[in-house]
Amino acid sequence: MSKARVATVWLDGCSGCHMSLLDLDEALIDLAPKIELVFGPLVDAQEFPEGVDVTLVEGAVSSHDDLHLAQKVRARSKFVVALGDCAVTGNVPSMRNQIPPKQLLERIYVDGVNVNHRVPSDGVPPLLKQAVPLHEVIRVDLHVPGCPPPAAAIGFVLTELLAGRKPELAGKVKFG
Amino acid sequence: MPDRVSIRIDGELIHAKLGQTILEAASATGKFIPSLCHLKGLKPVGACRLCLVEVAGVGRLLPSCTTPVQDGMAVTTRSERLDHYRRMILELIFAERNHICAVCVSNNHCELQALAKRLGVTHVRFPYSYPKAPVDATHRQFVLDQNRCILCTRCVRVCAEVEGAHVWDVGGRGVGSRLVCELNRNWAESRSCTSCGKCVQSCPTGALAAKGYAAEEMVKRAETISRLVEAKGARA
Ligand code: SF4
Ligand code: SF4
Ligand code: SF4
Ligand code: FES
Repeated sequence: MSKARVATVWLDGCSGCHMSLLDLDEALIDLAPKIELVFGPLVDAQEFPEGVDVTLVEGAVSSHDDLHLAQKVRARSKFVVALGDCAVTGNVPSMRNQIPPKQLLERIYVDGVNVNHRVPSDGVPPLLKQAVPLHEVIRVDLHVPGCPPPAAAIGFVLTELLAGRKPELAGKVKFG
Repeated sequence: MPDRVSIRIDGELIHAKLGQTILEAASATGKFIPSLCHLKGLKPVGACRLCLVEVAGVGRLLPSCTTPVQDGMAVTTRSERLDHYRRMILELIFAERNHICAVCVSNNHCELQALAKRLGVTHVRFPYSYPKAPVDATHRQFVLDQNRCILCTRCVRVCAEVEGAHVWDVGGRGVGSRLVCELNRNWAESRSCTSCGKCVQSCPTGALAAKGYAAEEMVKRAETISRLVEAKGARA
């Protein structure tokens, strides 16, 4: 059996969903031989590759970089999973959505500090007007809410997908 | 007139009391109909529409919390159509305000969140509106966070009907509707609030909470309100 090409992506989130994935502990050993991890914070690849079977996306879409990566993920993956509340609902990153980005950044980097009163612009992507859930910018095949989703839910999702089934999550997962 | 009627709920023959609502008759026999604005002991208002049911011979869906039973009625409480509408209602409730469960005082103890899980809502298909909603933390003991309010009016009713203070009302129109304290004052400036906390206990979400609780810590006892009303009724 050829290995499934799996990617993980970290947008505007706290990395908690990736931690939860690692919390699968010894179950990862069973999954490992069936998976080739081709992109994500856990591997070294610089560019999101072509021909990915499943991509798990953590985080809200918050910046121009997030948006471009999300679009690339969609174009190059067969199955896209919104992993965790930030990707599913916007969650904590969306708490800035009532404040215009310029005002927000000035409040933090100009009014909020004692030294270096300057909004950073080098090497940081410009923010979108609002941080939004993944499915507001690309088509998403499965939503796994939770902050973070329990490791068992992620394990169930991966096992079902590797078995060629679409995981049925209704009634099993919750926001928060 | 007989004071008992026979109705069918999901095909099952049930004897109900005349004057009971469909929701009351159903819960009396242990049947679950989703509801949010209903709280036993308070006057039903049919605000949230989650308890919609199908009644044979009636073209439109009826809220079971306000519809009285009638002899011979045949009620369906679960169907694809009802699931569809109920999920949609929940999603619209979420899209209307800012519900950040992970950091909410009511996380894991919230009726809205629990119902979304139970009815299989895994995401909200409608674009979130991210409104700017105020928080009133002026009261010494309690907080009102309009980001989490679903306008069920349980607080309005418990305060008016049980406590007799009538501090709360709903002001504004449409999506601009907001819970208001008296004539739109800060809660601390209320002339009639007795600080009894009944509104807080009745609130199904994290919109009304006692002060001093962090995320997940606010556990409410809405059933004490129902018991209180029952006890008052028994005494009268
Ligand atoms: S009120 Fe309920 S649904 Fe809303 S954020 Fe709080 S826990 Fe979540
Ligand atoms: S604390 Fe009691 S009196 Fe004050 S608003 Fe709430 S229910 Fe009304
Ligand atoms: S504050 Fe709570 S009880 Fe009052 S209307 Fe809002 S959600 Fe309902
Ligand atoms: S419970 Fe019946 S409309 Fe809300």
